[in-house]
Amino acid sequence: MNEAVMNELAEPTMKNKSGPETEESLNIEYTETVGQPFCDDAKIKTKNVNVFYADNQAIYDVSLDIGAHEVIALIGPSGCGKSTYLRTLNRMNDTIDICRVEGQILLDGENIYRKKQDPVLLRARVGMVFQKPNPFPKSIYDNVAYGPRIHGLTKNKAELDELVEASLTKAGLFQEVKDRLHAPGTGLSGGQQQRLCIARTIAVQPEVILMDEPASALDPIATAKIEELINELKENFTIVIVTHSMQQAARVSQRTAYFHMGRLIEVGDTDQIFTNPSHELTEKYITGRFG
Amino acid sequence: MKISALLFLVLLFAAFSYFMARQKITTAYRQHKSSHKILTLPKYFGYVAALCALLPALVVLLFLQMVEEPYINSEIATYISSEHIDANQNLDLYLNEIKSADTPEKVAALSEEKQLVYQRYHEIEQTTATTISVVVLAISILLTIGALKKININTPARKVFEKIIEGILLLAASIAIMTTVGIVFSVLFESTRFFGEVPILSFMFGTEWSPQTAIRADQVGSSAAFGAVPLFVGTMLISFIALLVSVPLGLMSAIYLSEYASRSIRSIAKPVLEILAGIPTVVYGFFAALTVAPFIRGLGESIGLSVASESALAAGLVMGIMIIPFVSSLSDDVLSAVPQSLREGSLGLGATRSETIIKVLIPAALPGIVGGVLLAASRAIGETMIVVMAAGLAANLTVNPLEAVTTVTVQIVTLLTGDQEFDSAKTLAAFALGLMLFVTTLVLNVIALHVVRKYREQYE
Repeated sequence: MNEAVMNELAEPTMKNKSGPETEESLNIEYTETVGQPFCDDAKIKTKNVNVFYADNQAIYDVSLDIGAHEVIALIGPSGCGKSTYLRTLNRMNDTIDICRVEGQILLDGENIYRKKQDPVLLRARVGMVFQKPNPFPKSIYDNVAYGPRIHGLTKNKAELDELVEASLTKAGLFQEVKDRLHAPGTGLSGGQQQRLCIARTIAVQPEVILMDEPASALDPIATAKIEELINELKENFTIVIVTHSMQQAARVSQRTAYFHMGRLIEVGDTDQIFTNPSHELTEKYITGRFG
Repeated sequence: MKISALLFLVLLFAAFSYFMARQKITTAYRQHKSSHKILTLPKYFGYVAALCALLPALVVLLFLQMVEEPYINSEIATYISSEHIDANQNLDLYLNEIKSADTPEKVAALSEEKQLVYQRYHEIEQTTATTISVVVLAISILLTIGALKKININTPARKVFEKIIEGILLLAASIAIMTTVGIVFSVLFESTRFFGEVPILSFMFGTEWSPQTAIRADQVGSSAAFGAVPLFVGTMLISFIALLVSVPLGLMSAIYLSEYASRSIRSIAKPVLEILAGIPTVVYGFFAALTVAPFIRGLGESIGLSVASESALAAGLVMGIMIIPFVSSLSDDVLSAVPQSLREGSLGLGATRSETIIKVLIPAALPGIVGGVLLAASRAIGETMIVVMAAGLAANLTVNPLEAVTTVTVQIVTLLTGDQEFDSAKTLAAFALGLMLFVTTLVLNVIALHVVRKYREQYE
């Protein structure tokens, strides 16, 4: 597992070095993050976060607030550290032995990297949806019921049934699968699988949902459905979404953060970032000069 | 000519035709100046030519070798009858005596009459050997020349080569299958002979096993009983104890190795565990007999239990240790093969590592785990040495693990070792036991496959 993540992280870095535009971009002085990285109603506050894989630093001094009930998109070229940053928010990086996180990440004012914090409970509060749909090889019902069962969220079968149905409905999947709740989840189409994974995450009733390129493995129609879903979900959840698609970021998010080479370059309202970026690097990325 | 020399010559021809054909095609390509860039590599023409020189000759050689002996025998038999020599003994014995005279002293020791036959035998043998050599070499040479002459750049060499390779692979696969079928049939055949003497029902359901048959009617202990139940109960008892030890230990060590251990621990622990499988069973046997069995006996006596000095428990425990690697190694492999995304999915929902393992990883890896357990079980059922040394030979019908029991394989060994004639019920019983053991393991396998199909959770 560590290798896979490492490769993912190592490979793009090398690509960057060989790209002609990146050479030019490297000449640009790294400045403080421009824009508005902070907000008043913050759900998660990250302060001066540095992340290391063994001796390689993947994230440099990132400070960013994530507001309650907003959708914030993290964009940037491959290997810029946006996925790594995302994974620090629910301590998924703990599963990688060589990964080390410095700085403060506060969820509702409490540091999630403090000694007393149980990462398992944290992950129940900060759920995650992955790039590739990863339903468990169980029935659709059992997939959604997995989290509630682990955490003992329901008292009896009827309540569990209700919760499963509610989660599937919120994920916009219930109508499609109501007749085959006990068929294997792996038999669904890619888009349905991803919505099943979202339903599974919602069922635990988290406060924040992290999405790591949730639509990158899907076709345009399935992607549209996921985006629609994200728009509905922001009523109840705070959503952090990593995406490669700038159109997607523009469609679903209120704020956008641009990462480059492990640094947070610019944060701002999505409209402003895409129409009038303040930083040269952001502008170059938005206009497709590299990435 | 000796067979080895013949083979060597044929191989030489094959090598020769390989190089010649390759050379011919290379030259042809050079002169032809084909417009195509991609051409069949010359080596394929070489392979085809070499196989032309080799394969038919080998097939003919094999065939002639097989018919050589019957032919010589019949020739000598005709000679004997035509010369009116009185072969008053069995003809086979007579021929054997002559054929075994391979030194001058032995030949001199033969009677005059036999010496004549010996000379005749020698002549016939010489001529047949020469004929075989000539025929095989002729085929090889002719085909070499023919192949070299006919082969040209239009020969579909690659296609022919693929076909030949396919044929060789098919042959390899069918040898394994044919052997299995052959074994089953020979066991089946001998078993029917046994069931001709002992009723099949009294074999399958009889509860007494004492295969000592009397040679004379008035001999003591002439009552032979062939009830296989005690043996199968013993086998199952010991295998059960062994699986009771090896499945939990093996599975848990597999989980530790694949999910918890750091890479450096894993790189040491896994090979060490696998060494367990490499220890000869005889070593386990005396470990069981000399260390474990007395220990269990002492332990049992200290709490007031009577324990036989050879017990099913001792054999089962040691056998369990022996088969741990089968369970752990295979389970470790399949657990590691479960995609990382499933682990992350579960952890991301707030599951702990152990919840992830129990609810996601083990169901997903179930087929492989059951496969490992099955392999371990068949090792346990087939194991002989440990049982001989640690559990004894007494065919007691008991499920008490503290008593001495015996197993099917052990009885097969005792039935067939020593001087035996192959027509008594005693020796034939071994085949019947083998057949029943085979059927039992087959049924176990089918059940396990069924269980796996029902409960597996297939990931993509």
